[in-house]
Amino acid sequence: MQYMKPQTAAEVSDILARSEGAARILGGGTDLLVQMRSGMIEPETIVDIKHLDGIRDITSEDGGLRIGAAVSGQRLGEHEGAKALWPGVVEACELIGSTQIQGRCTMVGNLCNGGPAADSVPAMIAAAAVVRIEGPDGPRDCPAEDFVTGPGKTVLGKGEFVSSVFLPARPKAASDAYLRFIPRTEMDIAVASAGVNIELADDGTIKSARVAIGAVGPRVILVPDAADAIIGSKLEDPAIAALVRACEAASSPIDDKRGTAEFRTTVVGVLAKRAARIAMTRAGENQ
Amino acid sequence: MNFQSSSKQDFKVVGTRVARPDGVDKVTGRALYGADFNVPGCQVGLILRSPHAHARIDNIDTSEALALPGVKAVVTSADWGVPEDEGLRDVQDNCLARGKVLYDGHAVAAVAAKDMVTARAALKLIRVDYTPLPHVTDVDEAMKPDAPVVQEARADESVPEGSGPNVTHYCEFGHGDLDAGFAKADTVIERSFTTAATHQGYIEPHACVASYGNDGKADLWCTTQGQYLVRDLCAGIMGMEGSQLRVTPSEIGGGFGGKTTVFIEPVALALSRKAGRPVKIVMSRVDVFRATGPTVSSSMDVRIGMTKDGRITAGEAKLRYQGGAFPCGTVDMGAQAAFAAYDMEAVRTRGWNALTNRPKEAAYRAPGAPMAIYAVESVVDELCQQLELDPLDVRLKNAADAGTKASYGVTFDQIGLRATLEAAKEHAHYHAPLGENQGRGLSCGFWFNFGGNTSVSLAINADGTASVTEGNPDIGGSRASISMMAAEELGIPYDKVRTFITDTGSLGQNDVTDGSRVTFAVGLATIKAARAAIQVMCARAAKIWGIDEDAVIWEDGAAKPSGPNAGDFEPMTLAEIAAISSETGGPIAGHHEVNAEGAGVSFGVHLADVEVDPETGATTVLRYTVFQDAGKAVHPDYVEGQMQGGAAQGIGWALNEEYIYDEDGRLQNAGFLDYRIPVASDLPAIDTVILEIPNPGHPYGVRGVGETPIVPPLAALSNAVSRAVGVRLHELPMSPPKILKAIMAQG
Repeated sequence: MQYMKPQTAAEVSDILARSEGAARILGGGTDLLVQMRSGMIEPETIVDIKHLDGIRDITSEDGGLRIGAAVSGQRLGEHEGAKALWPGVVEACELIGSTQIQGRCTMVGNLCNGGPAADSVPAMIAAAAVVRIEGPDGPRDCPAEDFVTGPGKTVLGKGEFVSSVFLPARPKAASDAYLRFIPRTEMDIAVASAGVNIELADDGTIKSARVAIGAVGPRVILVPDAADAIIGSKLEDPAIAALVRACEAASSPIDDKRGTAEFRTTVVGVLAKRAARIAMTRAGENQ
Repeated sequence: MNFQSSSKQDFKVVGTRVARPDGVDKVTGRALYGADFNVPGCQVGLILRSPHAHARIDNIDTSEALALPGVKAVVTSADWGVPEDEGLRDVQDNCLARGKVLYDGHAVAAVAAKDMVTARAALKLIRVDYTPLPHVTDVDEAMKPDAPVVQEARADESVPEGSGPNVTHYCEFGHGDLDAGFAKADTVIERSFTTAATHQGYIEPHACVASYGNDGKADLWCTTQGQYLVRDLCAGIMGMEGSQLRVTPSEIGGGFGGKTTVFIEPVALALSRKAGRPVKIVMSRVDVFRATGPTVSSSMDVRIGMTKDGRITAGEAKLRYQGGAFPCGTVDMGAQAAFAAYDMEAVRTRGWNALTNRPKEAAYRAPGAPMAIYAVESVVDELCQQLELDPLDVRLKNAADAGTKASYGVTFDQIGLRATLEAAKEHAHYHAPLGENQGRGLSCGFWFNFGGNTSVSLAINADGTASVTEGNPDIGGSRASISMMAAEELGIPYDKVRTFITDTGSLGQNDVTDGSRVTFAVGLATIKAARAAIQVMCARAAKIWGIDEDAVIWEDGAAKPSGPNAGDFEPMTLAEIAAISSETGGPIAGHHEVNAEGAGVSFGVHLADVEVDPETGATTVLRYTVFQDAGKAVHPDYVEGQMQGGAAQGIGWALNEEYIYDEDGRLQNAGFLDYRIPVASDLPAIDTVILEIPNPGHPYGVRGVGETPIVPPLAALSNAVSRAVGVRLHELPMSPPKILKAIMAQG
């Protein structure tokens, strides 16, 4: 096994493109090291990307924020600008792992794992985040909702890796929220989850919305019907009922050790409802 | 030197909250746990485990693994004989499978290699040919006549004719006329319950280093609750004499009963013997879950009759337990404990144990009692609801007391149940208002407690300090309590005493640290060892003074003439006598050996308030109070810690912990992510109320306190949740999907 510490994106791409055995990116390493220690994977090459320029930075860009691939949950959680602009994304990212894990784990790693229960992903998708991919042909962008193609699978090709995620600008009267259900209070993986992003019109009705749900299908699902259900409303009961129905209808969960399909389908609607109310309240406070 | 119960004794050290002796070591990382021990030339031992729930082993080919450079030894069950003793043979067969693998994770072979990478590679080179066999993991399925047979012909003489092939044991307890009792009842409720297997969840995995010499003598260092038992089991399996194997226990990172047997220790010894080098084995967390003992899972029916005014007229319980792939007697304890809290004219409990394709059960804190009492206390609570009676009043009305003939045959001596119930009734918690979606539950709990073989030595050092040597690993604060009892008896400060836990070569037999026996039995032996040392010190003073030994008494840490007639001498302190001991006859020590009896039973009552989210089925424990009779709390902090720790484990059992098997009989949640013990933020601060109803069997009145507190939380939580959601639950754990389903089913 070899450990590489490249300084530029081009070098990273080059190493990944030329590697013959399995090559893995080391950002926070909170999944990689666990997988290696448990014997799940035995990579030939580990590419530590923490030394790339800007990879550990949160930078303002076009009114939005670019989050480097090696920015830890802890750092994001302490960033006032991020908390003000995208509180739902920040709270989702802060739910990954324990306090100790927060010092290392990254939103990008959470995304690249390709897990349907990844906490930060529904929030990112609801936020219309854009993933910056570096590769042999230079950088390209991919909407967060298109990045994961199936459990553990992503759009990344040979030689490609994610260098950052961009959270776009948004008007003042807007906000987002993320909720997950776990049987405990922490140190767990979502049994169902929902991220809701809301923008209000001047009259206080919802002008636009995005709703994404997690752990209820092979990948995190963007649910346009759920967004349509609340657009134009102030989250009155019929709108909420339609939101819940849309989330339930979009779910295709399985029975497993973490919960039954029936439970997940019911609870994902409850979470979407509650997250929508939180996002609504936050947006109203920003108005 | 009369041995008197001293409930009114004026204690100086006992009952205070002195600093714990292991605190600094544990906080700074200086404490040496099982995996911290290393010796030069040590090889890495790894164990190959079955991927099947049940399969015949047709062949094991170790040649490729042995040929790998760096591999020093490979062992299988063929490296051992077949013990005649059934119990020992089961322990051995659990350590390395013989002929068949009996559960997912069952050990099949082991390697010793120069490093972890080589050992891992070697494991992959061992070829095992299996023929998979039908399997069974559920206790009710396992009891059926046509169930897959886990092991042939393992039923003992208690099993009635016509029982299913996996039934290994049957028991029955009780007295009185059940039919007459039920006829007197105004209401009779019968319900069926199930509980899942739960693991002890100790944070420290099993770990050991074995060093087997060319001369047939061996050393073993390991984390265990009982070094003597480890010695006896390992010597039996290895065909050694006990004196030739020295077992030294490490600091222990939790056991809760799960470290009262062996899993890896005989394997490490076999590897070391074959490799000619020391071998270290450290279990992974996955292996701990798959292959060490959880407690039993259960299926139970309980029927209780009650009059309108809350008098229990009769009670009956049928308990079906499975303790994995080997015979297990845990159901006996459940059947004895089920109705222990009640004074009953007519009671009968029956128990069955069935084999399943699961890991061999190991003791877990009050083994067998929590599930049986959960079922009984659930039915009592439902009767209280139906008859609109206060659940504490009903328990008080029916409470067992001194003189009560218990359902398991004994007649109780002084017990603390009534006082404990009264304390709960007077407590503010019982009267606090509840909000929407909230419920309050309560349950009684009981454990027998044990005494057992104990050997203690106490040395008076020349500098006026004392060293206590004992043979029971400290899993709950026993070193502090032992030092305190020695200091109390000797009349010197606590910080002048240090207690050491020693290897098997240094003392007579000590039974395992289990049965809540250590503070009781080792404490008793320590007090007697101290009294023996005091007798020597009195004799030395008599010698110095030139008076009769009988004319010297021991008071406040000094020898004194017994009265004016005995002579006029200044008292000689322990330190003064110790300082000149070499001129008065040599070192001063006392020792005591006993098979201790008189461990008093312990009762507890728990109150739990919960709130259930009606849309998700999630339960939040809002408030929790433990009331328990400790006899005499030697170190109240530790007693409270036991009460809180037991409650925490019981809450986990009630809400989320369970062994989950898939259709192929493979364990699905072998790790702390999906085997959900409560984390700190899941629990409220657990309040404690210690009651002290002295145990007549101990000089200071001590009762064991470690096990009783895991018993009541199961029913206390179930009763609270059932009252909060308005529908009765009959299954543990009450995980959110189950609660939500129950809520939705009632509409």
